[in-house]
Amino acid sequence: MKILVGIKRVVDYNVRIRVLPDGSGVDTDGVKMSVNPFDEIALEEALRIKEAGKADEVIVVSAGGDECQQQLRTGLAMGADRAIQVQTSEALQPLSVARVFQKVIEREDPGLVILGKQAIDDDNSQTAQMLAALWDRPQATFASSMEINGESATIIREVDAGLETIEIDLPAVVSVDLRMNEPRFVKLPDIMKAKRKPLEVLSLEDLGVAVTDQIAVSHFTPPPQREKGIIVEDTAQLVQELKNRGLL
Amino acid sequence: MTAREIMEYDVIVVGAGPAGLSCAIRLKQAKPELMIAVIEKASEVGAHILSGAVIEPGPLDDLLPGWRDDPPPVCIPVEKDEIWLLSQKGKRRLPTPPQQKNHGNFIVSLGAMCAWLASKAEALEVDIFPGYAAAEIRFTPEGAVGGVIIGDMGIGRDGRQKDTYMQGIEIHAPITILSEGVRGHLSKQLIKKFDLDRDSDPQTYGIGMKELWRVQPGKSKPGLVQHTAGWPLDGNTYGGSFIYHLDKDRIAIGFVCGLDYQDPEFVPFEAFQQMKNHPMVHEMLEGGEILSSGARAIVEGGYQSLPKTEMPGALIIGDSAGTLNVPKIKGTHQAMRCGILAADHVAQTSAVEGFDARLRDSEVVRELYKVRNIRPAFYNGFWRGFIRAAIETVTAGKLPTTLSVHADDSSLQKLAGYTAPDRQWVDRDLPPRDRLASVYFAATEHDEDQPVHLQILEPDICSTRCVEEYNNPCTRFCPAHVYEMVEDGGSRQLQINAANCVHCKTCDIKDPYQIINWVTPEGGSGPNYQNM
Repeated sequence: MKILVGIKRVVDYNVRIRVLPDGSGVDTDGVKMSVNPFDEIALEEALRIKEAGKADEVIVVSAGGDECQQQLRTGLAMGADRAIQVQTSEALQPLSVARVFQKVIEREDPGLVILGKQAIDDDNSQTAQMLAALWDRPQATFASSMEINGESATIIREVDAGLETIEIDLPAVVSVDLRMNEPRFVKLPDIMKAKRKPLEVLSLEDLGVAVTDQIAVSHFTPPPQREKGIIVEDTAQLVQELKNRGLL
Repeated sequence: MTAREIMEYDVIVVGAGPAGLSCAIRLKQAKPELMIAVIEKASEVGAHILSGAVIEPGPLDDLLPGWRDDPPPVCIPVEKDEIWLLSQKGKRRLPTPPQQKNHGNFIVSLGAMCAWLASKAEALEVDIFPGYAAAEIRFTPEGAVGGVIIGDMGIGRDGRQKDTYMQGIEIHAPITILSEGVRGHLSKQLIKKFDLDRDSDPQTYGIGMKELWRVQPGKSKPGLVQHTAGWPLDGNTYGGSFIYHLDKDRIAIGFVCGLDYQDPEFVPFEAFQQMKNHPMVHEMLEGGEILSSGARAIVEGGYQSLPKTEMPGALIIGDSAGTLNVPKIKGTHQAMRCGILAADHVAQTSAVEGFDARLRDSEVVRELYKVRNIRPAFYNGFWRGFIRAAIETVTAGKLPTTLSVHADDSSLQKLAGYTAPDRQWVDRDLPPRDRLASVYFAATEHDEDQPVHLQILEPDICSTRCVEEYNNPCTRFCPAHVYEMVEDGGSRQLQINAANCVHCKTCDIKDPYQIINWVTPEGGSGPNYQNM
């Protein structure tokens, strides 16, 4: 069985996000970029399935410019067997990403697609669901545990009521949540090995995907700045100050 | 414990700063067949680099002819120099000393420049490994340096192996180049082990703090280089500020002060914040926002403090050795020259022997010799230092005397018998409010569940002698508020907030008892500076 894992290049989770002064986007100048943390968890799970002898090959896929090869190489260093970069200079919206994956699935015929539950940059959480619909296969979203049993998989999902255990037929799309696992550190010699692993570059034309945007982003605004506080002397002053601000 | 996995290289470079990367690039240009590894503890190249920085381009011209057609991401030609002597509210323009004339120099982000240099090195097939800390030296059976041992990852605070545990590998090489930057923790051990500072004065340091601001349109004048001296420091504390005007409405502002300050109650971070509230500076920053901030120790000992830079199997170069030119306020060109010189030496001789003599006969040390008396002259206060500096400058360092240099950890005065000068500090209103607010902009990150990387060798001293003698200066000199004294059942105990650490090394240097030992945390930990 082949497992396909999606990898998105995002602003690192430690970076303090800053909106550009003109509101056109987020400042990425000199900013550290990383693999979307949920995608790292997805890849870790795929690698564990392979190491348990239940899969033969793990393929990491990303759509983006050449810079996303850096994140694909990280995936290869973690242990993926090969990588596919779908070349595009535009930021793709979830439906387009799902269409890209659908076409890659047609070429690769995987038994399982594991994706992060969402990307930490746009927080959409849509690609896995859309892909399952396009592919017409089962989906298990927000998974925190996964067990492959031949033609099916037992998935535990984190839902509001607690943990929901479901059984799905494979092939399927699984989106993983934070508690699924803790991704491994990359071993230094594996970085060297990753340089020699195959990385295939495909264009949207190669795949026959037409990119369409369903959403127009008008602008970004930073969250409002917290106003300077004052220290009140006593409760009487507190009440007065609240009244002055129309809060009481 | 299983035997560590081993990788072999011809040359290992520890630290992807200007010295190490220049060395790797030059070496690969000269001998493409050499296998070279560069180990870097930051999560990516440049993320732990913090500098002004105005640089002299000479070594770049030497290393990468044609770089001007493909410059580093932040690179603005210097248009104008200004030096100001500040009082609390006033200012007076001082003549620019010749060392500080910056015509032909460039304002860069050294962090961005190192990332750029790393891409040049990788294009030459140098293997660069960011996110891995060279935790220990690997010695050969003969006792020579024979490479490094990468720190283990996935170890809990209590020392247990976590699920993610990964044993660090050994990297073996006949030649190791230590370019760790100021107070490199391996360099420190090797200087001691091989007694490399036997014939030199103690090394001395400063602390530099920096913020990158985006200011209101029109406030930044790209290419303007400003320095200040005077307020908020008293006449006995060496230091001053830099204000470098970048493009895109950005200003890099920073403050440097000598770690030979005497006042046990002094807070360098507060001095920096005070300076920003001087009317001249406040006006520039008002209405702007901080993009990144951080701190790093600066090596100031110069010629007198330069240790021997070679030992069996290894060389120490750049700020780890201490080649920064203090009167010029520049170290990058010196570090790069060291890297190039080390590469030439290794390429020509395939050995380390003879490098120290070669370095001392090079423009690197000639430059340090000329200015050797300027920094120590300021031991006797600002004005005496100023006059001596002028004399030394006019005579180009040809006077026969050489002033000696004292260790920073010995300069702190005890509380009893010390009266702090009136610093005329003011209420301030520009961000950050305090050190914790500042650390936020350093985007520093350490997994909390790992061993504390700031080792206190004799913890009892903190809650006994140090309280009485110095009132725990670590709680003040650390720019990231790592050290706190907390009440614990009537006594005061040291609490170390290691996750805040920005790897500046000030504590390792300034602690009067020399009981703080900075070691490498898990690889990839530490600040994530942006364009610093």
